[in-house]
Amino acid sequence: MTKHNITKSKKNLPVKESNSTTFSTTERVSLGLKKRHRKEKRFKRVGLSAVLFGFLLVVILLGDITSKALPAFHQHWVKLDVNYQASWLDISESSSLGLKNEALTEQLNKANYRNVLRKSLYEMFPEVSGRKDKRSLTKLLSSNAEFTLKDNLLASPQLFDKKTQVWVRLDDDVDSYLKEEFAEGEAGLRINQNQAQWLAKLTSSENVESRFNISFFTSSDSREPELAGIKGALMGTLLTMFVTLLLSFPLGVAGALYLEEFAPKNRLTDFIEININNLAAVPSIVFGLLGLAVIINLFGLPRSAPLVGGIVLTLMTLPTIIIASRAAIKAVPPSIREAATGLGASKMQVTFSHVLPQAMPGIITGAIIGVAQALGETAPLLMIGMVAFIVDVPTSIVDSATVLPVQIFLWADSPERAFLAKTSAAILVLLTLLLIINLTATMLRSKFEKR
Amino acid sequence: MNAIKIPKPGHVNEATQTDLSQTDLSKIELSQTVGNIYADNAKMSIRNADIYYGDKQAIDNISLDLAKNQVTALIGPSGCGKSTFLRSLNRMNDTIDICKITGQFTLDGEDIYAKNLDPVLLRARVGMVFQKPNPFPKSIYENVAYGARIHGLTNNKAELDEIVETSLQKAGLFNEVKDRLNDPGTGLSGGQQQRLCIARTIAVSPEVILMDEPASALDPIATAIIEELIDELKEKYTIAIVTHSMQQAARVSQHTAYFHMGKLVEMGKTEDIFTRPSHKLTENYITGRFG
Repeated sequence: MTKHNITKSKKNLPVKESNSTTFSTTERVSLGLKKRHRKEKRFKRVGLSAVLFGFLLVVILLGDITSKALPAFHQHWVKLDVNYQASWLDISESSSLGLKNEALTEQLNKANYRNVLRKSLYEMFPEVSGRKDKRSLTKLLSSNAEFTLKDNLLASPQLFDKKTQVWVRLDDDVDSYLKEEFAEGEAGLRINQNQAQWLAKLTSSENVESRFNISFFTSSDSREPELAGIKGALMGTLLTMFVTLLLSFPLGVAGALYLEEFAPKNRLTDFIEININNLAAVPSIVFGLLGLAVIINLFGLPRSAPLVGGIVLTLMTLPTIIIASRAAIKAVPPSIREAATGLGASKMQVTFSHVLPQAMPGIITGAIIGVAQALGETAPLLMIGMVAFIVDVPTSIVDSATVLPVQIFLWADSPERAFLAKTSAAILVLLTLLLIINLTATMLRSKFEKR
Repeated sequence: MNAIKIPKPGHVNEATQTDLSQTDLSKIELSQTVGNIYADNAKMSIRNADIYYGDKQAIDNISLDLAKNQVTALIGPSGCGKSTFLRSLNRMNDTIDICKITGQFTLDGEDIYAKNLDPVLLRARVGMVFQKPNPFPKSIYENVAYGARIHGLTNNKAELDEIVETSLQKAGLFNEVKDRLNDPGTGLSGGQQQRLCIARTIAVSPEVILMDEPASALDPIATAIIEELIDELKEKYTIAIVTHSMQQAARVSQHTAYFHMGKLVEMGKTEDIFTRPSHKLTENYITGRFG
């Protein structure tokens, strides 16, 4: 009966409102109910659209980067008919005939492979004459091609004085042309009419092949885009992060534990706390200047070294780790501390066997946020010389190195067309590294939470 | 019994105890404790204890004895300072910076606030069970073994196993958990968790056990088990228990102290306090008129 009344009164409400002012609670509540639900729905829609918008941006960003990066993962190679003629190699036939293996290898090491390359190429294109045309013909090949010939011959010396076929890299401009990265008649088109014809000839005879660009992952930076790889920067990043984590994690956790558990609460600790919070907001380039002035100039550590980069990034990461760790330590329920203290555990035992394990998931999250920040940091590293052009892959923390974000910056700054794809590919590598770190962190976190 | 002679505090006036039952509540002098604060066989003696939190005085000139191998119940309305007092008995208040404690606290005649006494040693002798069951987020075994381990009470695993088993047995928990000693202690029910906490305290073999409302978060059945346990434990340990339940105080304790506004109003044998309280405030509290 009552139910019926309510529905009835609901319907009549607008009419009732004008001539009667007495409503029951049910009537008043149901009057406002619709409005409340509407508000809730509206908020849900706004929230959902915010999430979708963010997601869309990420998808666009990743899609754009991936599509731009794809060309960097494959590269065009050309099959050459090479003649390792002794005379072309500048090795006199008479002196080489009776030579033993070692002596021959020595000779082969010093031989003129550029000559072999050119002559072989001219033989493949007998119609090309004139210095200018010949030069543009050799420009089709990567500057690295002669070393490919050399490696090939040194690997199988029995080919000496014989004809064979060798795959060599094409020049980056040619590679870009074949990947159709240049728009028709683009000002930057660096392939002339003749070169295009020769390429067409090579392509039609199936002498050109697109291969997976393994050297992008196995070689270091180079002036030639077709040779430039990410390995140097990747190793530099890993070494720098290693130093950063090794320094900032123990220092940060120890600092947070001391401030939270042991330090007396007085003006000095307040002052330190304010300073730590401020430190987190200092622009990173300032840390770079500090690194340059103090670590390099005063302490004399080597320039461009992951060690110095790691120390500078530690300064940057430390406040993040300390703040996150302190929050995690604060969040440990006091009942656990009391239980341990009540049993007669010393402060140290309470801290290390109860507080720290409980706070660990939060501390790890903080450390990962800090390291992820450091991973993408460029500015402070520019100041300490990690922006240098470094061709060798660093093997220790005192070798000269560069890091991924700086490598991205350097490549993005390069005029060669092919570096565009390399830049995007390097970004992908950086993002993948970030993803791996985050996944590791999540796994560590859930492992600690289970315990 | 005491190793050092403790002077009887002057403010305890046993002669005044009977007159107060007729007095108007507002005019009652609170500075005087009625009843008997002394025990023939005192394990702990507290004389003229004052405890301050910053400027606020939480405990005002309290003196009492904890009788050996007996249960002393501390009752009183919320905020009367009984938990604060209990925590001062094993220096748990040391961790609170603003807390200041004066007075004489002795355990077997030894000053527990002496400069050369390490609170860690004291807490090994005076264990504590808290209001909310607070097992460590570790296995049941580790929970009980922890105290013995940090104090280095055992030399090998077999001895430790022995301690864990006997402690759990004393706490009446062994049969329920013997097959799952490696399960997390936090997975037990509330009552079991509290018994685990008691087992953890017993494992260190303390002389005194302080219990801060140990059954307040438990259902009646779990409470009954804990109360039975307390009754058994007093054979070996001296127990002080803070409780809000007067029935509980009446059931488990031999001595009862009634706290009011940071002062000790009345103390005596439990049956006396609950049958014929001398002080008007005590009478009002135990008859449920306030508090």
